[in-house]
Order: sequence, then structure tokens, then C-alpha cells
Amino acid sequence: MRKFSIQALDTIFAKIAADEKLYLPVDGENGSNYKLWEPGVQMSDALNTVRSAKDFFFPQTENLIEFKVTGKQIDIIDVRNENEDFVVFGVRACDVRSFDILDRVFLSEPIDSYYANRRAHSVIISMACTRPAETCFCGTFDIDAANPAGDITCWKTQDSIYMRANTDKGEKLLAKLDGLTEECDDSAVSAQQDKTRRIMERLPLANLSAEKFGGGKTNEFFNSPAWKELSQACLGCGTCTFVCPTCQCYDIKDYDTGNGVIRFRCWDSCMYSDFTKMAHGNSRNSQVERFRQRFMHKLVYYPENNEGIFGCVGCGRCLAKCPISMNIVKVMKKLGEE
Amino acid sequence: MQKITRENLINKAIELLDNGTVSRVLGWKIGEFAYDVTPAVFTTKEDLQKDFIFDDFCNANFSKYLIAETRKAEEKVLVFLKPCDTYSFNQLLTEHRFSREKVYAVGIPCEGMLDIGKIKALAGEGIIDVIPGEGSITVKNLYEEEKTLAYGDVLTERCLSCKSKKHVVYDELMGEEGDVIDSNRFDEVEKIEKMSADERFAFWQSQLSKCIRCNACRDICPACTCEKCVFDNPKSSVNNKAISDSFEEKMFHIIRAFHVAGRCTDCGECSRVCPQGIPLHLLNRKFIKDINSFYGDYQAGQEEGSRAPLINYTFDDLEPGEAVGRGV
Repeated sequence: MRKFSIQALDTIFAKIAADEKLYLPVDGENGSNYKLWEPGVQMSDALNTVRSAKDFFFPQTENLIEFKVTGKQIDIIDVRNENEDFVVFGVRACDVRSFDILDRVFLSEPIDSYYANRRAHSVIISMACTRPAETCFCGTFDIDAANPAGDITCWKTQDSIYMRANTDKGEKLLAKLDGLTEECDDSAVSAQQDKTRRIMERLPLANLSAEKFGGGKTNEFFNSPAWKELSQACLGCGTCTFVCPTCQCYDIKDYDTGNGVIRFRCWDSCMYSDFTKMAHGNSRNSQVERFRQRFMHKLVYYPENNEGIFGCVGCGRCLAKCPISMNIVKVMKKLGEE
Repeated sequence: MQKITRENLINKAIELLDNGTVSRVLGWKIGEFAYDVTPAVFTTKEDLQKDFIFDDFCNANFSKYLIAETRKAEEKVLVFLKPCDTYSFNQLLTEHRFSREKVYAVGIPCEGMLDIGKIKALAGEGIIDVIPGEGSITVKNLYEEEKTLAYGDVLTERCLSCKSKKHVVYDELMGEEGDVIDSNRFDEVEKIEKMSADERFAFWQSQLSKCIRCNACRDICPACTCEKCVFDNPKSSVNNKAISDSFEEKMFHIIRAFHVAGRCTDCGECSRVCPQGIPLHLLNRKFIKDINSFYGDYQAGQEEGSRAPLINYTFDDLEPGEAVGRGV
């Protein structure tokens, strides 16, 4: 394990940013969000960013290809720009897990090369939590907030930052910082971890269990009368899906430029009335069905196709942001009663 | 003045369910924490006693829910309306969006609702309890810390410039009636008007570029009640689930502001629910302010059936050229 003094943080950032773009959480008027580091930019101490870290690999909109028509000739214009190395610093345990969940979708055959390139060109430096919020429930999905994954894991104490490399990419980056960090034991980290884990046990949602859910439970929950009640106040907006680090649905559209087409993809939301609309029409006509889709996807369909791994990481963003305060926790508790 | 409590509302709801006046109650349901209240339909005494809540976080304006709820059954539905909610209620009636006979409206007083975002910004994350006091709240967190915050610092933006404590429509009123307030709600608009064109463009550019096109502002808006929004209609050529260029988000918000102009009651739900903290209500207020100055004071929703200035011709109407000259 390596460590360096908090005072040296800017030097470390400068060293990383000298070779690659470095992104980290920065406080703004509406909470913390990932920003490009440049001298003078301060890292946020907020527990989590308003928008999740999935944006780095799966941006809300991206142009895939462009076609230009001149008379009878169609030119194909390459607009790809996802082959740039970058480092993301300060990703929390929940968001790091979300990358695994997205990987299983985008890196399965047929591999999504846009996503794959961004993943391959990134180094993820995670940051252990010390002050979880009341809305946190990563423990429900066996995520340890005190020991996040990532290429490098960091722990921040009052005066120092501790770093441990977990992958080759992480080792390489740590080696680059050798002159700025010193070798140390893990006693300070262990002490902090114990403290954080004790807090995790006291969280209001510490006992929330996902045991009742998982693959093979479609028939058990699909026709539950609870969906109607749970969804009755749902506005059908896309807030939950857009702040969610694991929501992965997208739509591909053509934008008419007047002399060709820009083909782009953008996030879709199962909450929207035209979600999965096909030539024959829409497969989910009511908000109850669309609402059910979101939670069944995370709690039943995804684990069914992915060795029991749930499609939620317990980051709590939807709990904080839903305009009517309906969320996966309330859904799990209500369905679990039955 | 006696404070109207949760128990008063529950008793009223049970009374109206028992005597057959209504078959359903539109109310606020208690959440997991001290603040995450959800709109819900209650049909039994037991559910009301168990889950109905009335506290400082009952922000949701139920008026728009009545469109769907009144179509579900023949019997009346009970709705509790705060003063500002009654304006939306009236405006929806003016637009014939639901049947008045199918609703039993109970007006309830409101001293302003709280913004959990502001509370978290001041007291930090990890909130496990919010205890109301005289002029302040006490916030307790997971870390055994306590913080006392003044109401004025944690009220929602819309409540800080409350326009009315008076209910403009109800079947029954609980508590004492309040007055229309000479509010400061145009102060922020004036600040923006005083900016240079470039500053103003930069202001809105920075605010609107935060938009993630979740449509929460539209979906909660009691003035947005089209059966099919133009932005959801694939045949409209303007539908998009995401921003396709840097102009896209401006177009969405500007079109929406124009569409609700003269009909927006300034209930403030749009800004309250925006996950990105965009002050959308300022667009609407600019329209309201201009309409007031061009055509005389008009408050949407104040009177059922009133003709909004933008859809009502009078000989005294401002000539378009004059409006341009007077506009900022």
C-alpha cells in the first residue's frame, strides 16, 4: 500500500493529468458532479455525484456515424472519438460495481465497441466511503463501501490518502506516482474500514434484503397486484433512469442534417410512453407495465441472465431524486411483504 | 389559531369515507425517512391511520392527479388542497380537464413546505429525523449530530415567495382562511431583466445546459395536460429523449414556457422536482410579469372560467409593436 499527504493532492493530480485527462467530483451549485481537473479545481468531499459515473462509458448522447449525401454519392463519415485515455478519480463503491453490471451488457457478444473502447482507455480510481447517507443500501447487494473495487482503491483520512492497486492498469499508474508516494502498512486503512462498517450496520436500510428476488422469480412477481398501487403516483418522467448508474437502455435515432444523417444514440427510459415502440406499436401501453419493467429488470430479469447478480447497486440516487419519492426500496419492501 | 394536524385530516377523511361522500382519498403517504412523502390513494380507515401523513414535506400538488383519478370511478374522490394547489385546481377546471362533480375538495392551511435539498446542503447527508419547532427545525443524523435550521433557510423557493394563503376554491375549509400576499416573486425576474442580453443568454445557457431531459418538469406541471405531448410524438419531428445538440434543451424549455403562458399559476412544481436544480419557474414568472404589464394584472386559476389575456381580445390590448418596445 502507498500513501501521500493530503497537501500533496494537487501535485498528484497534476502528475496524472500531465499524461491523461483526469476527471473527479467537483462541488457545484447543484451538488457534486464529475469535472475535468485543471490547476485550481478542488475535489469534492460529497458522498456521491448527482449524475452517476456511467456517463464516462455510456454518455447520454453520442454520435455513432454520419452520412453525407451528395447527388447519388453517400459518404460515410467517421465521428468516433472514444479512443482517448482518461482517469476517473473518486468513484464510490456503488458506482464501481455499476461498471461490472454495464460490462455484462455491453461487453457480451455482440460487443459494443464504443463502450468497450472507453472502458479499455480508462483507469478507475475509487474512493472508500466514510460517511454513508441514510439513502445508502449498497450492502443489500454485497458491496463493501469501505473496500471499493476499481483499478486503484483510495482511502482518505484526515491527513493522508492511501492507495492500493488492484489491476495491472492500476499498478502502472501507481508506479508513475512512485516518487510522490511512500510505502506504508494498512493499519490506518483497517481502522477506518472498521469504523465505516460499523456505521453501515446502523443505516436505516441496513436490513433491506434482496433475498426474495433474483432469477426465476418472474411468475412470482409479474402479476402482483402491488404494482398498481406502487405505480399509481408515478409521473412517467425519466429521473430515476437517468440518475441511475445501472440503467442501460438506449435508443438509436437518425437526425436529418438536410444533406445526410447523423446517427446517434441516447439514453432511453422504460418510464417513457414510446419505450421499445416497434412497428406494431408499443409492448407496454400503461404506466403500470412500464414501471414494473424497471424494477423487474433490476431485481429479476438481470439476475436471471447474469448468475444472480442484481441490477441495482444501492447508491440511493433514485431515492433522493424521484419527484414523488417512489423507489426501488419501497418496491422491494412492498413486494417482499407478500 | 388552532393548527390543523395529521389527525384532523385523517378524521375528516374517515368521516367522508364513512358517510359515503367519497370513495377514495388522495393524500400523502409516509415514506422510509423523515421527508420522502409519496402521493397515494387511500380507501380504508386502516390505511389512513397507518400511512397518511401531513407534515412539512407534503409538497405534492394533487390537482393534476385528479385528471386520472376522476376517470377511475363514478364516486367522488376527496382531495386536500393547500392554497397554491387551489389555483391549479381552478385552472384545470377552466380547461375542462376533470369533472368538478367527481371531487370533494377540502382546503387546508399551509405555512410553507420544506426543501430536503436545502436541508441536506446545510445539515449534510445521513438525516434520520427532522423535528419541527417554533420557527426552526432540528435535524438529527446518523452520526449523532444535531443541527437547528431556521425555517426561512429551508423553505422551498416557491414558498419563500408565496403568492397566496387564500384558497380560491373548496367544498370545505379546515382552519382559518388566509390572504393573498403581496409577494416578492418578481424580484428574481427583475434581476435577470437587468442583465445585458449577453449576460442573460449566458445565464440561461448555463442553467438549461444542465437539463437531462427527464421531463419531470413537464410531467408534474398541472398546466401540461396534453394527452400526447409534442415532445413524445415521433411524428412531430421534435421528439427526442435526449439532447441532440446544444440548442435542443433550450427549445424544449422555451416551447414549454410558451405553451403554459397565461395558464401557469406559478405553483412552482417544475423547479421543485428538477433533479438538476434549474430555476424553471423564472421562465414562467417572466411570462406572468409581462402579461401583467401588457394586459393588466391577471392570476391564472384565481377564478374558474376566467379568460386569460392571451386568448381574450379587448380593444385596450397592447399593439404588438408596443409590446416589443416595452418588453425587456
